[in-house]
Amino acid sequence: MSKPVNDSRRHFLSVMAGASGALIVGWRTALASQSDLPLELRGGVAEQLGPFVRISADNRITIGARGCEIGQGVITSLPMLIAEELDVDWAQVKVEQLPYGYIETDKGPGNKYGSQGAGGSDSIPQGWKDLRQAGATARWLLLQAAASDWQLPLDQLRTEAGFVIAQTGRRASYGQLAAAAAKIDPPTEPVALKNPDQFRVIGKPTLTADGPAIVTGRAEFGIDAYMAGALFAVVLRCPHMDGDIDTLDDSEARKVPGVKDVIRLPGPKPDEPITGQLATGIAVIAENTWAAIKGRQALKVTWTPGPWASESSATLEAKATELLRGDDGVKVRSDGDFAKARKDAKKVFEARYQVPFLAHATMEPPNALIKIEVDHALLISSLQSPSGASQIISQLTGIPRDKIEIRMTRAGGGFGRRLKNDFVAEAVLIAKAVGKPIKLIWTREDDIAHDFYRPFGVHHLIATLDKKKEITGFAHRCAATPRPYRDVGMKDSPIYTGCLEPDDFPAQLIANLEKTFYPIASGMPRGWWRAPLHTFHAFAVQSFIDELAIELKQDPVALRLKLLGAPRELSYAGHGGPMFDTGRLANVLKVCAEKIGWGRKPGQDRGLGIACHFTFGGYAAHAFEVSAIDGVIVIHRAVCVVDVGRVVNPLGVEAQMMGGTIDGLSTAINLGITVKDGQVQQSNFNDYPLLRMAQAPENVEVVIAPSDKSPSGAGEMGVPSALPALTNAIFAATGFRIRTLPIGDQLKKVL
Amino acid sequence: MQDTPIDSARTSSVPFVADDDTSLPLRINGKPFFHGGDPSMPLLWFLRDTLRLTGTKFGCGIGACGACTVLVDGKAQRSCLTPISAATGHDIVTIEGLATGDALHPVQRAWIEADVAQCGYCQAGQIMAAVDLLKRTPKPNDADISRITNLCRCGTYPRSRQAIKRAAELMHGATK
Ligand code: FES
Ligand code: FES
Repeated sequence: MSKPVNDSRRHFLSVMAGASGALIVGWRTALASQSDLPLELRGGVAEQLGPFVRISADNRITIGARGCEIGQGVITSLPMLIAEELDVDWAQVKVEQLPYGYIETDKGPGNKYGSQGAGGSDSIPQGWKDLRQAGATARWLLLQAAASDWQLPLDQLRTEAGFVIAQTGRRASYGQLAAAAAKIDPPTEPVALKNPDQFRVIGKPTLTADGPAIVTGRAEFGIDAYMAGALFAVVLRCPHMDGDIDTLDDSEARKVPGVKDVIRLPGPKPDEPITGQLATGIAVIAENTWAAIKGRQALKVTWTPGPWASESSATLEAKATELLRGDDGVKVRSDGDFAKARKDAKKVFEARYQVPFLAHATMEPPNALIKIEVDHALLISSLQSPSGASQIISQLTGIPRDKIEIRMTRAGGGFGRRLKNDFVAEAVLIAKAVGKPIKLIWTREDDIAHDFYRPFGVHHLIATLDKKKEITGFAHRCAATPRPYRDVGMKDSPIYTGCLEPDDFPAQLIANLEKTFYPIASGMPRGWWRAPLHTFHAFAVQSFIDELAIELKQDPVALRLKLLGAPRELSYAGHGGPMFDTGRLANVLKVCAEKIGWGRKPGQDRGLGIACHFTFGGYAAHAFEVSAIDGVIVIHRAVCVVDVGRVVNPLGVEAQMMGGTIDGLSTAINLGITVKDGQVQQSNFNDYPLLRMAQAPENVEVVIAPSDKSPSGAGEMGVPSALPALTNAIFAATGFRIRTLPIGDQLKKVL
Repeated sequence: MQDTPIDSARTSSVPFVADDDTSLPLRINGKPFFHGGDPSMPLLWFLRDTLRLTGTKFGCGIGACGACTVLVDGKAQRSCLTPISAATGHDIVTIEGLATGDALHPVQRAWIEADVAQCGYCQAGQIMAAVDLLKRTPKPNDADISRITNLCRCGTYPRSRQAIKRAAELMHGATK
C-alpha cells in the first residue's frame, strides 16, 4: 500500500493542474531548492506534506496561500479550502504567503502551486478543484502513518480537529504523526473529499488571516519592500499617447541632491503590441523616493505629440454617433429576424447610454523592486499576474524563467490593473541600464494618466413592441474602443470581446434579437477593469429595461421576471459559463425586491431602484433607496443580494459585495477619464474623486442566497448591477434619467 | 522582505544619530531620530525610506487620500504634506506606535473584530483618523464619522463605520 522512502531523496508532493484541468498528484524530486519558501514552510521535508502544508512535531500547522491577495480575501479563503480537507481547526492554522512557483515540466512551463494569478474571479473556482485535494492528500498521509504505526486498518481510523483517532480510542496529534507521514508515498489517485455536511471550516465566517498584521502596519505590500543597495526610480512618461521626447534638458535634475542618474526609456512603437512598458519616458534614479520625485520635477522636456494628437472625448463621442447611424457594424449575435420585427412593430422604443474610460486607481500605485544578476533575478512587487511578470523579466533579460524568483506580497488593490506588468518591465529596463537593484514607484499622477483603461463606449438599445405591448425584438448596438488593442493575449479574440457579450441577458429570452459592435479607433491603452464589460452591459441593459417598464406601465421587477421566464439553464459561452441559470437570477432579484420593500411608497423626494446581472458565474441584484434634493445624491438604503454558489467565507463574500457596491456607486457618481488633444485630462484624486465616506451609504445590507452549487468567485459580481440600480432609483426619485456616466453634476444642473 | 537585514526603526532600539548641526530632531513613536537631508522632504518619505516604518502609506501625495495619516501631537495629519521642517519638535505617532507593547489600541481591536480590511492599504490611515476622531468625539454619531475624509478604494466604509462605533464602546462603554 505505502512504503517508506529514503529520507535523503528529499521528495515532496507535487500538485499541479494538468493541461486538461485535471489534478495530477505525484512525486517530484525536490531538485529546485526550497529556499524560496517562507521560513515557516521550510525545514525538514520530513514535516512537509505536499507543497501547501507543513506540520511540525509540536503541532504547529502552517498552510501556504498561493494566490495574489489584492483585497479579495484569498489569503484566507484559499487556505480555508486546504484546512477543511486536512481536517484541522482554523484557529490552529498559521497562514503564509507562498512565492511564485514556476517550474519546468515535460509539458513546458508549469507551477508547483497551481494557478496563482488573480483575475476573472477565478481563484476560488480553481482552488475548489485542486486545493481541497491538496488538503485531503495531506490528511490521507497522516491517516496512513497512524495505520502503519498502530497496525490498524484504515477504516478504524478517523480524523478530527488535527487528531487521528482510532475506534479503540487511541489518538495522536497530526504533529506526532507528521514525520512518519512525510515518508509515505502519496496516493496515486485523488482521495475522497468530505461531504459538505461535514464541513467545519468552509462556510464559517472567518476573519482575514492578515488582520492583526494590517492594523499594526506590519503587513507587507510590494511598495514596502526595500533592498540594500537598491536605488529609487520615478519615471516621467510622455503625456501624449504614443508621443515621444522632443528635447530633454536634465542638467537641473542632475543637480538635485541625491539624484544619481537620468536615463531615457523608450516606449513601445505605435501600432506594435504593448508587451512591456506603456509609454516613452525619462527615468530619474536617486538615493530615495523624494530625491527622485524632486529630480523629476526639475526635468525640462518638450514632447512630440504622436499619432493621436487630435483624439478627444468629444471626437470619440461624435464617432460613436456617426457609427451608430450607419449599418456596417460587426454582427455579434442574430436570433430570429430583428429587421422584420422592427418593420412589423406597433412601436419602437430606443435609448442610448454612454460610459467613459475608467482608470483602476489601485490605492497602492504600481511599483516594483528588482535585482538582476548574471543568471538570477529577484522581483518583489504587488502583482495580479506573477507568471506574466516572470515572462517579461525573462524576455527583457534573457534569464531563464526558473532562475527568476518572485516574492509575492499583499497588493493594495488590483481591479485588473496588475494583470499588466508594464511597471515590472520599466523597473527591469532601468535596473539593466544602471546596473543596480531598482525600486520603482509610480506616483498617483503617473497612475491616473498612464493606465490600461476600461473602454469607452456608447450603447444604443432598441426594443420593438407589438400592439399588445409585448416585446417582439431587441437590439443592442455598441460603439466602443475595442478591448483587443495592441494586446498579444487577445490577438485571436473577436473585436467585440470585452465590450459586448453575445450571450448576455436578454439573449435567448427574446425571439428576435440582434447584437452589433462598432469599433472606434483610439490611442488609449485598454485593459480589464473589475467585472469588465459587465459594468457597462448591466448599466445599459438594466437601465433600458427600467425605461421600458415605465413606458409599458409595467412593474420593473415583474418585467424582468417575465423576461427571465421559467427557471432554466441557458447556454453561455462567455467567461462564467457554460450555463446561465435564469432561476438563480430571478431569485436574487426577488429576494432583493423583498428586502428593500419593493412596491411601497418611499418617503417624500425618495425613490427606489433595482437591477440584476449575471457576472462570471455569480448572480447579483442591487436595490437602493435614494433622494437627490438639489442634485445631492443621498443613498438612504443599499441592498445587495448575491448567489455565488457555495460560500467559502461568508465574511469575505459580504466584504466583496459591500466593496463592489461602493465601487459601483463611486464609478457611477464620480469617475470618468476624459481625453483632450491625445492626453488624459485627469491627474489625481482631486479630479478622479473616489467616493468618500460621506457620499457612501452608511450600510450595505448584503444577503447571501444559500446555494450548494460549486462556488464562483465573488470579487467582481458585486459591481455591475449597482450602477443601474442607482440611476433607476434616481429616476424614481427625481424623474431625471441618467444615460451618461458619470453622473457628475448632471443632477445639479436640472434639479 | 529585505534581502539583507537593515536596522530599521521597527526592530532597532538604536536611534539614528545626528550627522551635523543642521540635522532636524524628530520624535517618532517615542524615540528620537534625526534627519540630515532635505528639510522639505515630506515626513512620509522619512518614515518609509529612512526609518522603514512602512505602515504609513503613499496614496496620492496631495493630501487627498489620507493613506499617509499619522498623529502629530495627537492630531491626525497627512504626512505627505508635512515637511520634516514642520514635524521637527513635535510628537509623532505612526501605526507602528499605536499599540502599547502587545496591547492593541481599542481601535485596532475593533478593526480586527469588524474585519474591516480588504486590500488593507488605506487601513493604517483610516485607523489613525479614527483614533483622532474618537479623541475629539468620544461617542461619534454617523454624521461625525462621515467627516472622515480618508479614501478607501475597496469600499470598506460600512465596516470601518461599525468598527469606530465598536471602538467607542471599548474605550468609553456602551453608546446610547
Ligand atoms: S498620500 Fe498623503 S493624503 Fe494621500
Ligand atoms: S482596504 Fe483597500 S483601499 Fe481601503
